[in-house]
Amino acid sequence: MEHGFVIAHAWLIPALPLVSFALVGLFIRPLSARWAGIVATSSIGLAAALAYTLAWEYWTLFPAGQHAESLVPWSMEWLRYKEGLVVNIGVLVDPISIVLMVVVTTVSGLVHLYSIGYMHGETGYGRYFTYLNLFTFSMLGLVVAPNIVQMYVCWELVGVSSFLLIGFYYDRPSAVAASKKAFIVTRFADLGFMVGVLVLGYWGYGLFETVAPALATEPGALPLQPFDFRYLNSPEFLAAFGSIPAFFGLSLLSVAMLLVYTGAAGKSAMFPLHIWLPDAMEGPTPVSALIHAATMVVAGVYLTARLFPAFAASEDALLAVAYIGGFTSLFAAVIALTQDDIKRVLAFSTLSQLGYMMMALGVSQMAESLGYTASMFHLFTHAFFKALLFLGAGAVIHAVHTNDIWQMGGLARKMPITHLTFLVATLAISGIWPFAGFFSKDEILAAALHGHFTVLFYVALFVAGLTAFYMFRIYFVTFWGAHRAHGAEHAHEAPLVMTLPLMILGVLSAVAGFVPFGQYVHMGEHVEHGGIDFAVALPATLAALAGIGLSAFFYATASERAAKAARFFGRAYRVVKQKFYVDELYLFVTKQIIFHLIARPIAWFDRHVVDGGVNLSGWSIRTLGSESSRLQTGQVQTYGLWFAGGSVVLLFLIWAVHV
Amino acid sequence: MTTFLAAQTPGLTHWIVLSGVLFAIGVYGLLTRRNAIGVLMSIELMLNSAALNFVVFNHFRAPAGVDGQIMAIFVIAVAAAEAVIAMAIFVAIYRRRGTLDVTSMDALKD
Repeated sequence: MEHGFVIAHAWLIPALPLVSFALVGLFIRPLSARWAGIVATSSIGLAAALAYTLAWEYWTLFPAGQHAESLVPWSMEWLRYKEGLVVNIGVLVDPISIVLMVVVTTVSGLVHLYSIGYMHGETGYGRYFTYLNLFTFSMLGLVVAPNIVQMYVCWELVGVSSFLLIGFYYDRPSAVAASKKAFIVTRFADLGFMVGVLVLGYWGYGLFETVAPALATEPGALPLQPFDFRYLNSPEFLAAFGSIPAFFGLSLLSVAMLLVYTGAAGKSAMFPLHIWLPDAMEGPTPVSALIHAATMVVAGVYLTARLFPAFAASEDALLAVAYIGGFTSLFAAVIALTQDDIKRVLAFSTLSQLGYMMMALGVSQMAESLGYTASMFHLFTHAFFKALLFLGAGAVIHAVHTNDIWQMGGLARKMPITHLTFLVATLAISGIWPFAGFFSKDEILAAALHGHFTVLFYVALFVAGLTAFYMFRIYFVTFWGAHRAHGAEHAHEAPLVMTLPLMILGVLSAVAGFVPFGQYVHMGEHVEHGGIDFAVALPATLAALAGIGLSAFFYATASERAAKAARFFGRAYRVVKQKFYVDELYLFVTKQIIFHLIARPIAWFDRHVVDGGVNLSGWSIRTLGSESSRLQTGQVQTYGLWFAGGSVVLLFLIWAVHV
Repeated sequence: MTTFLAAQTPGLTHWIVLSGVLFAIGVYGLLTRRNAIGVLMSIELMLNSAALNFVVFNHFRAPAGVDGQIMAIFVIAVAAAEAVIAMAIFVAIYRRRGTLDVTSMDALKD
């Protein structure tokens, strides 16, 4: 099949940030910080242009509403373990990878642009852009991975870039602690992912001979390998693999998928692995917008979507995805109600929306895959409005030099562009027609309802109300009312290089919902879900309006109502404000139980028994040597005595043996 | 007594015992003398006991040959050469240190 130029050269999209990362990091950064920013930004801009062209060419090839094939226009052999077990690297082009490429390059390009203004004059300006490019390359490499090994490698690479960027202000102890926390928690989760990959790979290789011949090979492509998604997602493999029992009534397939999901949950910060994400806000705000809101944290959702047929074949794993997602969305939304740090509210809101996406995947099935489309749709719209919220918050923080919303206030007149775009994003996330969030949230709710997950439907509906409430809470407190602190009085609008990305994202947040997403991204045959389902849209809008109204009642004007409500809830309020003490629970488990009861005895054993054994052998040989060196007196007659005595003893022994 | 001795011709065993006694005296002297010349003399005793063994075995076990006698002459020659070198070394040591006490000669230890 003859592909268009960009499809054939799709490898350029991840390659451009990689080249620019090397160039900026090695050569440009030491010479000129200014040019480091410009080169880094323009390379991402070029990659974004390529991604749009790729989308255009792809959907010209497979018009909307039709079956869309996944293509591997470029791949090469990377690791050859033995014949029949080869890992390739390559570029996979299919609807969801294109959506992610468009989202990643767009948001990343805008964040790069915004950072030129935001990071102006900071030390480490060049280093910052180097890391951002590294992240963008890793994320694009993850998105286009045609096999699970390439995805795992890029998965770790985005983890490293996230670590580097959270700890960007490495002279600040809290940032260092946050970066370590993020790395350790996600790495811990990745352990599950890796074991899952190994289980899949082991059985995939074992079943390969019997299953693979049934699968058609693409002309011109490299031969199918056991790690390829196309093989792992094939019904033939899943049927063979799913019939192997494991333990506790789970099939081996479910065990493998749950392990893979552990990695996805770590990266997408699902409860109870969510603790790293709020702390990750220690990084520069544009980084939070790019990595910890729009792109990296959706990698877990993307992985689940990428392996969706495998998850769907294992009903247990899919149920876990649905309920963990639903619970996280509720849990995080409740915490977000009480936080005072603007970035933390947004972080918990991200958690909640990620929970939505996971839940949407969990409630769908191969036959009825509305949730799959809805999840990707929400990922798409959420990337724009959440990046916009973070960038807007960044502009506010840049102006007033604090994260505390109670130190802000009255910024609507001082920062009109930021205010307007922030309002658009807030309306979008609250799900008000015609903004983007309305459409994607509507599909998620419809998917939950049609999948007969009634409990999850009502949870999601309730969360929609909560979302509207806490988002408008920070909106009112930040932008309305009077100035509460000195910084807010002298705030002024950000420069154009920062407001331009805000305006572009504002437009996207407003109109992205009108994209007929289901026509382009669907599992298998086309899902018919045109238009708005009023049975869902009406209660959702009512919930959002109720949230907004309640928020306005408490926060639109300066009043004691909020404080009174907090006093009314008393202890419950404090528990929520302390994030349900999950962090404290982790600290208790790690410090009191793991450190005291496991690590200390092991350390003692290591120091005293293992090291002691080694030291004992060294000490005994050394002592033996120093003691026996006293035998060397230098007195020839003493030696002679030993020699003569020894000869006598020896002769006696020989005599005794022979007689 | 004299007649008894004259009547008795010493045999192989007697000569070997004499040689053993000489060797033992030599070993004792080697290990106990503090003067280097005494040590050298003890070594001469041990060498001579060995030479005596050669001659005795030659006489009693292989009277036709002369191998043992030749070996004895060799031993005497070697002992003479050894004595010359040793005495030269002793003279040098005495000039340098003023003593020939072997217990003070432990420089090879270091």
